[in-house]
Formats: sequence, C-alpha cells, structure tokens
Amino acid sequence: MIRDTTLGSKLWAAAVWVLVGFFILNLLAMIATVVTSSFATRWLGTWLPVGFTTRWYTSAWSEFQLWDVLIVTFQVVGAVVLISGALGVTAAYALARRDFPGKKLLVLLFLLPLLIPPITFGIPLATVLYQTGLAGTFWGVVAANLVPTVPFVILVMIPFIEQIDPKIEAAARVFGANTFKLFVHVLLPLLLPGILAALLLVLVRTIAMFELTFLVAGPTSQTLVVSLYYAVFAAGVRSVQSIDAMAVIYMVTTLVWLIIALRFVNPTQIVTRAKQQPAH
Amino acid sequence: MDALAPATTIDHGPSLRQRLAANGFDAVTLLVVPAAILSLLLFIYPFAFGFVLSFEPKAGGDWLANYRRFFSDAFLYETIAKTLWLAVPVTLLNLLLAVPVAFRVRLMRRQRLLTTILVLPITLGTVLVAEGLLNYLGPQGWFNRTLMTFGLISQPLKLVHNYWGVFASLLITGFPFTFLLTLSYVTGIDPALEQAAATLGANAWQRFRHVYLPLLMPGFAITFCLSFVQAFSVFPSAVLLGEPAGLTRVISIAAAQAAFEEYDYSMGSAIAMIMGFVQLGIVVAVLASRGLFYRGPASGAKG
Repeated sequence: MIRDTTLGSKLWAAAVWVLVGFFILNLLAMIATVVTSSFATRWLGTWLPVGFTTRWYTSAWSEFQLWDVLIVTFQVVGAVVLISGALGVTAAYALARRDFPGKKLLVLLFLLPLLIPPITFGIPLATVLYQTGLAGTFWGVVAANLVPTVPFVILVMIPFIEQIDPKIEAAARVFGANTFKLFVHVLLPLLLPGILAALLLVLVRTIAMFELTFLVAGPTSQTLVVSLYYAVFAAGVRSVQSIDAMAVIYMVTTLVWLIIALRFVNPTQIVTRAKQQPAH
Repeated sequence: MDALAPATTIDHGPSLRQRLAANGFDAVTLLVVPAAILSLLLFIYPFAFGFVLSFEPKAGGDWLANYRRFFSDAFLYETIAKTLWLAVPVTLLNLLLAVPVAFRVRLMRRQRLLTTILVLPITLGTVLVAEGLLNYLGPQGWFNRTLMTFGLISQPLKLVHNYWGVFASLLITGFPFTFLLTLSYVTGIDPALEQAAATLGANAWQRFRHVYLPLLMPGFAITFCLSFVQAFSVFPSAVLLGEPAGLTRVISIAAAQAAFEEYDYSMGSAIAMIMGFVQLGIVVAVLASRGLFYRGPASGAKG
C-alpha cells in the first residue's frame, strides 16, 4: 500500500473524511428527527419536544389501518419473492450453463427493466394493467413488482451458478438424475446461500418499491410505502407525529430485513453486482 | 458445455433434438422461457402498447396530436428542462463527491460499516427520505436550528417545498448509489498498476490523472448514466418536498397526472415515451463519448 505523507495529501484525506462525516451526520440526524418526532407530545420551536409519549403509535395504527396494510404488504412481498425466485433461478441456470443463439438479446431483455427507472415503464405497464382489469388488485401489484425483481434474481444468480463445477452435475446425470432431480438434490443445496441472498434483496427492494406499487395499487392493495406516501401527501389532515410514527413502523419493517440480508450479502450488492477483488 | 447435453444414442444419425442441442437448445435452455415470457408480457408488451397508444390521442385528432400538444404547451414541455435542471447538477455533484471518497475508502480495511450506513437511504426509499427531510430541513428543523446557533444565518433558510428540498433528497438517495457503483469500479482496478506508477515517482495527483482516470472513464460513464436515469425519474420527493405545481414539476409528475388524474392514458403514455427518449438520448450521448477514452484490460497483466 502506498502511504502519502505530504501535508497536502493529509489535508486532502481530512477533507474527504469531513465530507463523509457531514453526509452521515445529516443522514442520521434526518432519521433521528423522524424517530424523535414520533415519540413527541408537542414539538414546536425547540430543540427537543416538551415530553415523550407512545400514543402516536396506537393512533397511527388505527388511523392508517396499519394492520391491514402490513398484511397486504407481506402478502405482496411474499408472492413476489416466491415467484421471482422460481422464475429467476431457473432462467439464471439456463443462462449460466448454455450458450445459444440470441442469448445476448435475452440478457438485454433482462437488463433493461433494471436500467430503466420504474416510473418510465410503470406508466405504460399500469395502463395495460388497467385495461386488463388487473390494476388495483393484489395480483396486479404483484405482477408490476415482478418486472424488475425477476431480472434482478437472474443477474444475481448467474455468477453463483457459474461457480458450481459442471462436473458435479455431470456426475449426477451419469447416475441417472433428470433435470428436476438435479435441481432439487444437487443444485438447490449448493445454491442455497446465493438464493437466500438474492431473495432477501428482492424482499428489501419490494418493501421499498414505491413507484410501481403506487401506479397500480388500489385502496385494498396498497403496501406500507404507498400508504406512507398518501399520509405525507395529505399532511395537515393527520398530526405530524402520527405520520412519523407510521414512518418509524415502515423503517423498522425495512431495516429488520436489511439487517438479516446483510448477514448474507455485501452491502454493495444492493447497488451493484460487480465482483470486488481482494486488495493485494 | 455441449458435453452436458443429455446424450441420446446416435443410431439413426443426428436427430432434430441432437442438432438443437449442438446449438445449445435443450431442456435446460427451455428453463429460461417462463422468465422471458414474463418480461415480454409485462415489460416489452406494455412499452410497445404505450408507444402505439401515444399515437392514438384520446381527444381525437391526427396521430401526432399528443406530441404536438406536449411541445406547444409550456406547462408540459418545460417539465423536460425542469427535470434536467435537477437531474444533471445532482448527478454531476454526486459523481464529483463519490470519486474522492471512493478513492479514500478503497484503502480502508473495514468498509462494511460505512457501506452499511450508506445503504440505509437506498433501502429506506425516497418516500421516507422525503418525510424525514420535511422535518429535518424545515424552518424549525435541526438543520436550520444548528446553523442559527452557530450564527451562520439569522433567518431559517427555506429548504423544503422548493428546488433545494428535492435537490437534497436526490443527494441523500443518489450519493450512496453513485458512491457504491464508483467504489466497485475503483476496487476493480489492480493496485499493482498504481504501485508501479508510484515506484516510478508519480505523486498522488499524477497517479490519479494518468493511471486511474483513463482506466475508470468507462466506469464513470456508466455510473453517470445509471445515476442520471435515477435522478431524471424523480417522483415522490418532487411531489412531497418540492413545489409540484411550480419549479419542481418534473416530467414524471406530468406523466402521472395525465394518465391517472385526467385518465388520458394516451397522453400519459406519450409523456412517458418522451421521458424515456430523453433518458435514452443522454445515455447514448454519454456512452458514445466513452469511445473517446481508453478501453482495455484494467488488471496488471504479466509479461
């Protein structure tokens, strides 16, 4: 490793760390504001609220029908995770193991929904779903959310599958395993860490996926993040603390899964899947 | 790979199945079909449908009526400029901040804590960030309060319900995204190259300018594109933190309003198509300029 010892480079390093510190400080303060406000009795024009209470949580719970919303959220997320897992892993296996004409085109087809922002393809998608009558229903929301998650699983799984030696599969074939048996008895156990990582990331992303759910959800198929949006949008109707309490519930729902996910994946995987080289 | 294809006996010469297998088509290849059908149905078909629909105006008129209306109504066509005016500065600033930070962080042993903190705003999503910033940057929020305590300002700055609120939210969700992408590109370059430059007496700036920058330029171009596309499609924070009827009436608001408030799906699709084309245009322009830079191996080759 190269160590720069000149004054200039030390100042530069200090400046960079100050920048990072400033960013993180603001980020944490922003989150702390929401949490503090959700426990505040009255908070106007002072550093800290006058007193603390937990009653906003009970009022938010009943005002926003959070129980129903949470159930819908987990049903949607569960369906999205299972379907995108089943479709994504099988497709990733085919793409990792076979070379066939048109493969590049197919990979492009799976890359596009990840590169194009949800709101851009969400509007035509929602239009189609409204015309077929799926929009506003549970399955409409699930279908819209599958568009980016299936390709996501495929792209995360391909490197995992490529790591498995094809000789192991060849051995299973020699002993007469068909593709299904090969999947269940050989590949699934070997791929489990990768599948778990991919599906946890899908789970976190789907809980936080606002645009697609917002565009296709009806009153009975709203997920938590969409309810939160409507609550903030209609701020003034409800008290700020109540909305903040809901925001905290949303934060906890997301962060629990993020923490579980981080046990299996590198945080950078949430953004990229580029392999990191070990530092020499 | 072909050796893996189910081996059938070659009694009667190659069958159709064998010839297909030789090209890589067999039962395993078919596993890709369900996902491909899903993508075709829910991604390609809606896009094509929206594209065709945008040429069939709801109010009648000829096939270009929607596009003509968009480009003649200032309330609509100005959304492109307003969105660019948000997305381009934010993306450039994010990239400009991310590069020095990534170069510093790559030397760290324990990057995990930092990357975990930075992943927070991405995971929490734009809606929560908007709600948090409404409190935090508001006139009574901690940010203004701190600045006033230090005597930097006498009046609270107006940071929400205007351009800067959206700018701040794009910075908070966009910077981690840009940073993590940049970091993965920076750590992908063999440190041996830098060590060689240092051995030959290059200082830190020279190493960056003559070794890293040429190698990283393609990565930066892609990072810029991905971050820009994200920023260009800003939606919830422009509504919640900005002034959705004024300065931060971005193009996605116009599209969503046309489609789901006026129920003019044709116009909504037209605006979505215009949004897609502007994004595509910028991405193609950036990636085309990538050809001007070095392209080649970024690892220290032996020999």
